[in-house]
Amino acid sequence: MSSSPLTAKRFLTPLIIAWVVLVTAQVFFLRSYFPFFPLYTVLTDSLLSNFLLLVAGLLMLNVTKYYLPSTYQYTSVIAACLVLTGLWLFVSNTFLKIFLGDSEVYAAFLKNSLIIRAGFAFLVLTILTIAAILWYNWVERQKVEQRRTDADRLSREAELFKLRQQLQPHFLFNSLNSINALIGLNPQQARRMVQQLSDFLRGTLKKEESQMISLTEEINYLNLYLEIEKVRFGNRLMTSISIDEDTKELQLPTLLLQPIVENAIKFGLYDTIGETLITIESTKELSELCIMVSNPFDPETSLPKTGTGFGLSSIKRRLYLLYGRNDLLSTKTKENIYYTIVKIPQQA
Amino acid sequence: MSKVIIIDDEFLARSMVKEYLQKYPQLELVAECGDGFEGMKAIQEHKPDLIFLDIQMPKISGFEMLELIEEPPAVIFATAFDEYAIKAFEAHAVDYLLKPFDQERFDKAVNKFLAQHKGSATNTQELLNDVQLPNSNNRIVVKNGSKIKIIPVQEVLYLEAADDFVKIFTKDGYFLKNKTMSFFEAFLPADLFVRSHRSYIVNIQEITRIDPYEKDGHVAILKNGTKINVSRNGYGKLKAVLGL
Repeated sequence: MSSSPLTAKRFLTPLIIAWVVLVTAQVFFLRSYFPFFPLYTVLTDSLLSNFLLLVAGLLMLNVTKYYLPSTYQYTSVIAACLVLTGLWLFVSNTFLKIFLGDSEVYAAFLKNSLIIRAGFAFLVLTILTIAAILWYNWVERQKVEQRRTDADRLSREAELFKLRQQLQPHFLFNSLNSINALIGLNPQQARRMVQQLSDFLRGTLKKEESQMISLTEEINYLNLYLEIEKVRFGNRLMTSISIDEDTKELQLPTLLLQPIVENAIKFGLYDTIGETLITIESTKELSELCIMVSNPFDPETSLPKTGTGFGLSSIKRRLYLLYGRNDLLSTKTKENIYYTIVKIPQQA
Repeated sequence: MSKVIIIDDEFLARSMVKEYLQKYPQLELVAECGDGFEGMKAIQEHKPDLIFLDIQMPKISGFEMLELIEEPPAVIFATAFDEYAIKAFEAHAVDYLLKPFDQERFDKAVNKFLAQHKGSATNTQELLNDVQLPNSNNRIVVKNGSKIKIIPVQEVLYLEAADDFVKIFTKDGYFLKNKTMSFFEAFLPADLFVRSHRSYIVNIQEITRIDPYEKDGHVAILKNGTKINVSRNGYGKLKAVLGL
């Protein structure tokens, strides 16, 4: 417990106002019902008793600062208030007697009003204490809430980072192997491939996980990847990209498309023999960018796909973290073609 | 003179091995193959002494291909698989090369083969029994005459021990595979297959009911009516998996 309610304006201001009101009310009350008391007596009575009440109240605030009762321990709070009320009554009574005890009328009045004073002081102290407890609880809850949102945000960022970083080491090592072979066979091409691989890797490193880029940029980046894969797989891999004119500037999360295409290539190349055609098409549907990636597969030997299946779960998770929706990635099969469809909501 | 075959789906990866091989006149490259099917055919045709084998290839992996060959030759794996996955077969393969590799590393592997080749051949069969690749336990590759069939594990009804073989029953009949029951017990997904008996492993999704049978024995009835023996121990395992 670091802060006190006294440092909070929304607590301190009402407290001061309430105190002033209390003092004034008591003065007016005594003046109207006991007009025979001189003003000096009335002011001293009111200021002294209320000052002591304020001290008691501040004491209570300090106690609750270090000891917060749990929800069902309010009896102990009331007991504490009772004890404090007794104490206050004793002290204020003593002081009032010292200052104003000379007047017999006042002494009698003081004696008669003890019960009312006690009841009133108890009420004020209890209200103040409960207000303090509520305030402390509220602060505590705020903190917990803050911690939770912080933790959520951190884990979300970490997870997004991890999902995005899932660049297949397999891809990297095989590419390096191809370059190794090309150095002997075709040094020019080896050099070009080193360049493409570097550009591709640089792209994966510099991008922020929640950053949005235009489809055109993402396709340029995808082409780097496809060039590398074509060197590796030669004629076996063919691609066809068709981008609708009105989708070119639509936005999508960076590095979203490449893993989907990588998945399609792996699935296509390793599930069939011979040439593999990967198609990538983009369309605009209402306010969504819709990208469809297709690859051939062998319905005879591939397992029946459940849900999104086949290594797309990390992409699905990423979309969920970014958009809070689970329906943005879907797959379907038609004869021997497997389609992966991803929808990206566009901000209006 | 030893005969060598290179099996890898990437042209450049094959040419790399080919280039490194030029140093060895005693090794004759008799074939280059782009997938496991071609590889199998070439192996049967040429009976090579040594193959360079990639693991991830179209349709069937290098491992699955090896499983289908009766007398597998010595193998040097050339793959981009990470070291962790590959450690498992260090003991049985001649060697493994992690892509990319240089001539020096390649020479080491070949020299290992040349040294061993004079003595005893490597035991590829043992290798296959020991090695399990991650995420590869969702299908079984079998050979039916000269045809290769890939069976998704969901389509396996049950397995039955038959001497040195295991009979793999599917709705199209059974296939033989030269493996042990304990291999399959470990290989097949444990939430789908239960070893109900010394001689049986059953696909729990095929079970329609389990009846008592003789004294403290049970019998599982499959959807197609087949009765599978269930031992007392097996009954316990079945109950656990089925959540009874």
